[in-house]
Amino acid sequence: MTVLMNSTLPTRRRSLGTLIGIAVIIAASVIGYFLFPNNLALLTRIVATMLLVLSIDLVTGYCGVATLGHAALFGAGAYGAGIVSAHFGITEPLTMTLIGAVAGALAGLVSGLVILRAHGLPQLVLSIAVVHLFHEVANKASSWTGGSDGLSGITTDALLGLFEFDLWGRTAYVYGIVLLLIVFVLLRILVQSPFGMLARGVREDPVRVAAMGASVHSVMLRMYVISGAVAGIGGALNAISTQVVGLDSLSFTLSAEALVMLVLGGTGSLYGAMVGTVSFMWFEDVVSAANPFHWLTIVGALLIVVVLFAPKGLYGSAAAFLSRRRGGGK
Amino acid sequence: MQTVLSIAIDALAYGMVLFVISIGLSVTMGLMRVVNLAHGAFAMIGGYLASYATRDLGLGYAPAILIAVIATAIIAVPIERLLYRRIYGAPELTQVLMTIGITFCVIGIANYAFGPTLKTIALPQTLSGSIDLGFRAIATHRIFAIVCGLVVAGGLWFLIERTAFGIRLRAAVDNAPMAAALGVRTQLVYAISFAVAVGLAAFGGVVGAELLPVEPYYALRYMVTFLVAVSIGGAGSIPGALIACLLLGAIDTTGRYLAPEYGEFFFYLAVIVIVTLFPRGLGGRFKS
Repeated sequence: MTVLMNSTLPTRRRSLGTLIGIAVIIAASVIGYFLFPNNLALLTRIVATMLLVLSIDLVTGYCGVATLGHAALFGAGAYGAGIVSAHFGITEPLTMTLIGAVAGALAGLVSGLVILRAHGLPQLVLSIAVVHLFHEVANKASSWTGGSDGLSGITTDALLGLFEFDLWGRTAYVYGIVLLLIVFVLLRILVQSPFGMLARGVREDPVRVAAMGASVHSVMLRMYVISGAVAGIGGALNAISTQVVGLDSLSFTLSAEALVMLVLGGTGSLYGAMVGTVSFMWFEDVVSAANPFHWLTIVGALLIVVVLFAPKGLYGSAAAFLSRRRGGGK
Repeated sequence: MQTVLSIAIDALAYGMVLFVISIGLSVTMGLMRVVNLAHGAFAMIGGYLASYATRDLGLGYAPAILIAVIATAIIAVPIERLLYRRIYGAPELTQVLMTIGITFCVIGIANYAFGPTLKTIALPQTLSGSIDLGFRAIATHRIFAIVCGLVVAGGLWFLIERTAFGIRLRAAVDNAPMAAALGVRTQLVYAISFAVAVGLAAFGGVVGAELLPVEPYYALRYMVTFLVAVSIGGAGSIPGALIACLLLGAIDTTGRYLAPEYGEFFFYLAVIVIVTLFPRGLGGRFKS
């Protein structure tokens, strides 16, 4: 309900919120750049994963579809961008990103058509089956995808003909941040548009939305395609920055981890998705450097704690706490 | 002909092991409406305990099974009281995350306690050989697995259809508040069914260790398979689960024999087709 009330705020305040968001993202990325100048590859990977988590948020947080197969869309974008570069010689990064987005959107259309046929547990199972199916296809079509060795031989031109993708990953990082900002602004507009409101209506009460005369299935399918495009951009960014696409970008594990990140941050909010990704991946980097299995135990415990004590996630709980404080102060 | 027979035997054994493990999941899912992704983790705990009992304590196969089943059920009861009881009736996403969290914890702890290597469970002499049928020799263990599956199916059928506990269980499944109003102690029914379900998982984990080898990632690797089996069978339906497991076992084994290079492609393709055709599962009674 609070989400719905937030969106009835006047337009000026909403665009102010977007501007603050942009400022925060830029500030965080500049701080990241100077704090970890030798670890820009990790930061770029975080940005790419952030796009995946944002795209899950679109269908899970805004439409209420629980999915454990969203890496299929991310991987489709990564392979789309990688294959045109490695096999067709299209090495212009903007074109590659665009192709990644289109590939992701197509994968979103296909998996949306399959997954949205069921509800509840069967839906979850369908989403798992879809990501496994994509994985097996990519593994089998090894002449195109490199199979289990991964797709290598991806080359990229200089960005806009000016900035080479350097060894330090500076260009890739800046490019990733710019992509993230563009996607963020577009998604802010999307979730506050009448269509975004309709999607939230579907999550709250699909029967009522159907009774009002809107097609629930078509809203969710359109959201799935948009979400696919976002995930595809993330995949393309990953392919461009690492110059290799592995089968793990289509894996069930990635899907599950991305969902965990979303819930850790808080569903139904773009900030929650981003906060969750950064905290999860930073924490993972620190702990798994020590011992990967302890990492698994800690993530598990963390998940249980979040579900029990902060079901709205880090960002959601913090926002609720702040608004309570503000409400109490008045 | 030889190939067909080996496929049939392997598929039957695999399907039965799947059934023994996932029937518990099916019952709890039908009863408590919990999407329990940690079910495979309990099967894995059973496998580890049996392996520890046979290899390190030097016990026989039968006591090892007994220890594994009872100890896993004992481990599970506090988990049910402390964690699961809070997510009954919660949205699926919450349940999925909580149970994935439990699975991750179990994997981490199992690896810490037992190491990352494959664990074997020593088979007794009577089960490790093969039976000669005249035209074909069949591994005794396969037959043992099949018999176990049949016994479990029969036992559960008797428990649910013919005993007083079964009546309470079915009443709680159909309408928990009404059953409680009529004097059924639903909390107790939940706890007992959960313990039985987990015990069956552990039993399946031990019996099926030859087919589904015990290692730390067991819980994650087969979790999807168990979930798929329950979803296809329809939560809470014993015949549905049996048919689903035999069908999935047949598809998976045939795929592995005839087209190994496609991996699990046909398995998941079949899953999508079946779930699309029967959204409530083959024997589904419940809206999930």
